[in-house]
Amino acid sequence: MQVPGQFEYERATSVEHAIGLLDRLGDTARLVAGGHSLLPMMKLRLANFDYLIDINDLHAELGHITVEPGRIRIGAMTRHRELLESPDLRQHFPIFADAERVIADPVVRNRGTLGGSLCQADPSEDLSAVCTTLGASCVIRGLDGERVVPMEDFHRGPYETAVGDAEMLTEVHFPLRPGGSSAYEKVERRAGDWAVVSAGAAVWLQNGVMTDARVGLAAVGPDTAGLPEISQALRGREPSEALYEEAGDIAARSCDPATDTRGSADYKRHLAKELTRRTLRKAVRRLEGRA
Amino acid sequence: MKVTMTVNGEEVTAEIEGRLLLVHFLRDQLGLTGTHWGCDTSNCGTCVVWLDREPVKSCTVLAAMAGGHDVRTVEGLEQGGELDPVQKGFIACHGLQCGFCTPGMMMTARALLDKNPDPSEGEIREAISGQICRCTGYATIVRSIRWAASAS
Ligand SMILES: Cc1cc2nc3c(=O)[nH]c(=O)nc-3n(C[C@H](O)[C@H](O)[C@H](O)COP(=O)(O)OP(=O)(O)OC[C@H]3O[C@@H](n4cnc5c(N)ncnc54)[C@H](O)[C@@H]3O)c2cc1C
Ligand code: FES
Ligand code: FES
Repeated sequence: MQVPGQFEYERATSVEHAIGLLDRLGDTARLVAGGHSLLPMMKLRLANFDYLIDINDLHAELGHITVEPGRIRIGAMTRHRELLESPDLRQHFPIFADAERVIADPVVRNRGTLGGSLCQADPSEDLSAVCTTLGASCVIRGLDGERVVPMEDFHRGPYETAVGDAEMLTEVHFPLRPGGSSAYEKVERRAGDWAVVSAGAAVWLQNGVMTDARVGLAAVGPDTAGLPEISQALRGREPSEALYEEAGDIAARSCDPATDTRGSADYKRHLAKELTRRTLRKAVRRLEGRA
Repeated sequence: MKVTMTVNGEEVTAEIEGRLLLVHFLRDQLGLTGTHWGCDTSNCGTCVVWLDREPVKSCTVLAAMAGGHDVRTVEGLEQGGELDPVQKGFIACHGLQCGFCTPGMMMTARALLDKNPDPSEGEIREAISGQICRCTGYATIVRSIRWAASAS
């Protein structure tokens, strides 16, 4: 039987309360959101803490998807199922529904949260790749107020983030620009499994020309990575199969996959290329109303 | 620590350790052994119960997290001595073989039908996709859930 080691359970009643507890208890304490990454790690003794601070009661405060002029704000406690079912996200960022449909399974998606996914900082985490693709920023709150950290700086390495001991992630902000669409594709060994490789793409078109394009990959390096070189190569050009191929070549060249039980490094490079092509194609087709 | 929650409509209060998982609380402390316990890794789904009407994998939820909330287990499906249509469907369509996956399957099925009373075969398969039937009786499980949908 797998059970976590002993710890004291505390329940936070507000963001301030949670931060106060973290500050008082120091690095022996950890927040628990859905618990679907943390509890399995604690069962295996890959993580041990003296205190767990349950933030599920903060769902009313941090479980929202808010559309504003120029951006969408999503609270850290928003659950996978809510991201999957949101009509606003379906309209503005179809990449979310593409990704959520293949993250774990519907029952796990009832518990897991956006904040937990990003803070777990697993290089295979699909939502991290989605946030990277969309150029999101993370709002981190501490005792002295808030700071905003772009996705590129949020992950400091596998399982490490920019969130300090007495801080928590409260929201993720997504810039909303007109004329854009997005898509996500994942290759997995069986339904609900972690990615062998996955890719997200976001594109913006004006008069048939790409004003911007972004690609994010998961499971091909120490972090989910954005690929600025692809953006540079695609800006100002007309979408075409040749262009997707070029972007795919950059993705295959830029990523750093490791051979493991999910596949060889070569196979993963091949997937990085193929999924980059597919997601760019799909995002452009969505913009042209053909998908 | 002390925890109070509602289980199948009845309030229960108990002294527990913070690390106690909901599945063990239900089985070992409340004697509700209808909820099964299989993989321990949130993969098999035999431990599925409802937390505030939503199916969750109780091997990955702390009993303490359920404090103040409403838990429903397979024992709570039957209402007033009458089996739930989902339970009747599993009988009518041979939805179980060894029965190990059955409680979790039925809890997910009931939650699905509450939201979507007439699901397609595809929607049923999607809903139970996080649950494993080691006897591989998926065809009859899907049929049982369809039976329950047409019976209600
Ligand atoms: C069977 C199974 C299959 C899965 N498959 C996939 C998959 O295919 N793709 C995928 O991407 N993921 C997958 N996951 C992982 C899952 O989607 C997320 O990792 C999980 O939901 C994390 O969210 P959580 O709320 O459960 O986080 P928790 O486990 O509660 O927390 C994870 C970490 O984040 C920290 N944390 C949580 N919230 C905050 C916050 N607001 N501020 C600061 N720190 C915080 C916690 O302290 C902890 O260190 C799977 C999980 C399971 C159990
Ligand atoms: S025992 Fe909980 S999912 Fe298998
Ligand atoms: S009936 Fe045996 S595991 Fe499903």
